[in-house]
Amino acid sequence: MSSQALSQNQEVFELNLGPQHPATHGVLRVKLVMDGEYVVDAEPVLGYIHRMHELMGENRTWAQYLPNMGRLDYLSALSYNLGYVELVEKMMGIEVPERAEYIRVLTTELNRISSHLLWFGAFVLDLGGFTPLLYAFDDREQILDLLESVTGSRLTYCYYRFGGLYNDVDDDFLTGCTQFLKRLRSRMPMYHDLVTGNVILRQRLVDVGPISAEMCRRYGATGPVLRGSGVNYDVRKNEPYSIYPELDFDVPVYNECDSMARYMVRMDEIEQSMRIIEQCIAQMPQGDIMAPKVPKMIKPEVGDYYHAVEAARGTFGIRTVSDGKNQAYRMKLRAPTFCNLSLFQEASKGMLLADALAFMGSLDLVIPEIDR
Amino acid sequence: MDINLVYMVLFLAGIIGFAALNAAYLVWVERKGAARIQRRTGPSEVGFAGLLQPLADGAKLMSKQILFPDGIDKPLFMLAPMFAMIPAVMILVTIPFGPVGFGPFADFMLVAREMNIGLLMIFAFASVNVMALLLGGWSSKNKYAVISAARAVSQDIAYEIPMILIAITIVMTTGSMHLSTIVESQAGGFWNWNWLPLQGNLFGPVTFIIFFICSLAETNRAPFDLGEAESELIAGFHTEYSSMGFGLFFMGEYANIVIGAALTTILFLGGWLSPLPASIPFIGAPSVVWFLLKMYLLIWTVVLIRWTYPRVTLWSLLNLAWKIMIPFALVNLLGSAALIKILPMLGL
Repeated sequence: MSSQALSQNQEVFELNLGPQHPATHGVLRVKLVMDGEYVVDAEPVLGYIHRMHELMGENRTWAQYLPNMGRLDYLSALSYNLGYVELVEKMMGIEVPERAEYIRVLTTELNRISSHLLWFGAFVLDLGGFTPLLYAFDDREQILDLLESVTGSRLTYCYYRFGGLYNDVDDDFLTGCTQFLKRLRSRMPMYHDLVTGNVILRQRLVDVGPISAEMCRRYGATGPVLRGSGVNYDVRKNEPYSIYPELDFDVPVYNECDSMARYMVRMDEIEQSMRIIEQCIAQMPQGDIMAPKVPKMIKPEVGDYYHAVEAARGTFGIRTVSDGKNQAYRMKLRAPTFCNLSLFQEASKGMLLADALAFMGSLDLVIPEIDR
Repeated sequence: MDINLVYMVLFLAGIIGFAALNAAYLVWVERKGAARIQRRTGPSEVGFAGLLQPLADGAKLMSKQILFPDGIDKPLFMLAPMFAMIPAVMILVTIPFGPVGFGPFADFMLVAREMNIGLLMIFAFASVNVMALLLGGWSSKNKYAVISAARAVSQDIAYEIPMILIAITIVMTTGSMHLSTIVESQAGGFWNWNWLPLQGNLFGPVTFIIFFICSLAETNRAPFDLGEAESELIAGFHTEYSSMGFGLFFMGEYANIVIGAALTTILFLGGWLSPLPASIPFIGAPSVVWFLLKMYLLIWTVVLIRWTYPRVTLWSLLNLAWKIMIPFALVNLLGSAALIKILPMLGL
């Protein structure tokens, strides 16, 4: 593209964005071809934090691979944990006790809120507003404290086990959750008043970065990016797993296809996750948290398996091929932000640099998950 | 005007000291203010409540090595930070801060060198400031810096026009470019200040706000800090500057904020005049305290705005200037010209 543009005698120049740049929130590098302030072409360059997670999956036993799941998307690690343990349970035919399922959903949704809150802060930071970041972090801190009390870690969780959980929750945790929900409910109107309703913010987001549903289909974009383009697709509803069918929640969908729609989807998802958590707390049954008979050595039958969950950024799918050994023959992780990023090149053409970076922020990229 | 050398040197030293002190302590105010807004503590380690932090920052900056990247235009690279600071000090020389107002030297005017054409001189030097951004960005041989310089120049040119148009309106109502005369013409309580139309400034409050917004844009402050939009252009025109090169840009920015606020105070808020009529004893007396009070109130607003709003894009910024502010300022200029004729007929 760059040579083509140059051959037309356009006055373009290349701008190297990253791998160290404040807007990329990690080690993403984008090779931009610019015509003044306008982006002519943007080519994402990946691999700066590649850690061979897929190959690791083929060299470790099924149980040993579990901690890797917290290190893909470190901002919503529990969704990835959930996807992996559910895959193994599906392969082995393990029944998980109901209490464990409820706790899994509760903690995953807490994690989703914390991930969206961080995105919210970082996104407004991309737009030049510094203050919301610290307020969002303040709220997120409460979640981290809560999750730390049951999982033992604050970011790269490894809480779920094949057949259940490693640790039961106590009443303190549940009261803590209720208190947190009360606190966040009182703060969401403030976020909407001060940030969502802000004139400059709306100017920056409305009608910026349009992604059609068709483009999402071509690139395989999922999650809030897809739902911001008017497609009602959520793995929790469309291919339900765990106890999601028993819970009452809505999938926020916006038809505007712009950055504002993606922003609103995430803000509404925070509300929906709060609803899910409330129901989990209310309906939480008593009982065991581990399935009674989980084999010590996981050796799935020969076959080809796939399981997908709705992570904070979209559909996280694991496809694995087992040859009956205690390690996977092939492990393929479908990371949502990888697909979401891939449409950046096409969608950002002709945008202003500032808009392109705001648009990139609205995709909610987590670079270690893209590179894996 | 007789020139007393000792008096001049003392005043110049005072002005430079004032600029440096303001630059240093406005950083402290900004950091503390931001911390307050964001529910943090801010600087608290160096000295009481972090009051010595600016000195520590200054010492750190001065002890840093000055880096010259390969391939830069070295003379221009070294010249640019000076262009950022020197015009700011030059402008401060002409700004009258008002009489002391109390004590044995109550009528002593605090001004280094006032001129008949003070306002013109201020705008002339304010335009030089854009050279600092342009040269700094251009000579750095950094694409981010060049983009930033281009943004800063188009922004400064766009916002200088409505700013000057509104200043012309004030000059018209007052009949003078002499800053002290402009202030004295607003005497008699806050309803006589230029931010209300009683003196002939037709859309008074709106022009006041436009002038204030323009002074924000002129000084590259948020939400108009496109030149140094860190999420887009890293640090913009001063990306490649280290040590006091960066320090001078930084001080220049804060000195310009002081100038913007001081000028707004003089043109619209009655400078050193008390908001109450002079007939009321003590509180009604003109004093430099009033001037500083108004000026720092405006500066605090600038700080509040920076930590509240996200950044605008270049196009909406230029649209605001060319499509809204400049036509409005022109209409105001013509309307005020008519109003100046009408007001005496009404006996005001």
